[in-house]
Amino acid sequence: MAGFVIDRAGEPDCQALVVDARKCLRKEGCDLCIKACRRSHNIPEISDPGHEIKWIWKESFQAAFVSEQSEHANAMFRDQPFVVLCNHCERPPCVRVCPTKATWRREDGIVMMDWHRCIGCRYCIAACPYGSRSFNWIDPRPHVKHLTSEFPTRSKGVVEKCTFCAERLVQGKSPACVAACEANALLFGDLEDPSSPVREALRSGYAIRRKAELGTMPEVYYVV
Amino acid sequence: MRDRGWIAVGLLMFLGVVMVPAWYNLAAGRTAKGPSLKLSTTEKECVAPISYMKTSHMKLLAEWRDLAVRSNQRTYSAQRGRTFAISLTGTCLRQCHTDKAEFCDRCHAYSGVQGPYCWDCHVDPKTAFAAARPIDARSGGQDWR
Repeated sequence: MAGFVIDRAGEPDCQALVVDARKCLRKEGCDLCIKACRRSHNIPEISDPGHEIKWIWKESFQAAFVSEQSEHANAMFRDQPFVVLCNHCERPPCVRVCPTKATWRREDGIVMMDWHRCIGCRYCIAACPYGSRSFNWIDPRPHVKHLTSEFPTRSKGVVEKCTFCAERLVQGKSPACVAACEANALLFGDLEDPSSPVREALRSGYAIRRKAELGTMPEVYYVV
Repeated sequence: MRDRGWIAVGLLMFLGVVMVPAWYNLAAGRTAKGPSLKLSTTEKECVAPISYMKTSHMKLLAEWRDLAVRSNQRTYSAQRGRTFAISLTGTCLRQCHTDKAEFCDRCHAYSGVQGPYCWDCHVDPKTAFAAARPIDARSGGQDWR
């Protein structure tokens, strides 16, 4: 049969995303990233909020950045929603608790999901402090508006979340949300590479992360 | 032995009733030949020797699944130096066996294979929304795996 060699020279070490909040959501109601993610991954649109599936979504500043509250914050932090997703933490609590290793941290930094192995115990949902994970309480297929055969759907009974478009990365493309953003507010790259777009963005201003004090070391930064 | 006649008639009737399944298949024209598969028109060579695929295609698919998802290796070096992208929908279906219903399902239905629930998630490119069948109905209520 065939064989393969795992050679990590030249491979990224820590994939991260930077949301430039100065550019994101300048246009009222923009959800290009959310739509792109949904379309690329057959994410169902379920009206019941108890059953909804979301990989990338908008959250108010108060809800997303619980530890950065201020009574007299300016309008940007009071009114503007922020785009949030799985943080692909360096020390992910979800990976720690998964009994089957259906979710694990890859060597390139992405916290990946294997839906063949997920048994639907939802420990990961309990462990994730960011609410990034969704459980398929019902069969998602009928609720997928634009079914594409480029990517599988998931079945009832598994947990899903953003995987940084691993299937696109392997083809040399950037994640769907990053590619879809018209404001250039989403930047993706290797944190260990000083010339990557994410390092450039982090040099350009002050960046915060969600619940950084928890010690999960999230790899999604928000330049504010 | 004055009932010889009756016994013979009774035996013949019994044999006739007991062999009803055979008469049924004869009438339907079914033989032990097995299902006819619609083979690929675009590709003449499979990812592995046909004899191996016949016995172990499910092993190959499991290997592909682990290679692609867990090891992030998405190209497979097949026989005679050819490489294929590791993708159930993209390679197996779209590139080669374009018709799931006339290839995969034929044998699976013939042998009554209940197993492959790959299609609960992987999308058959031929059928768009028609592929969305509820899991509950198929597995008779036991929808947890």
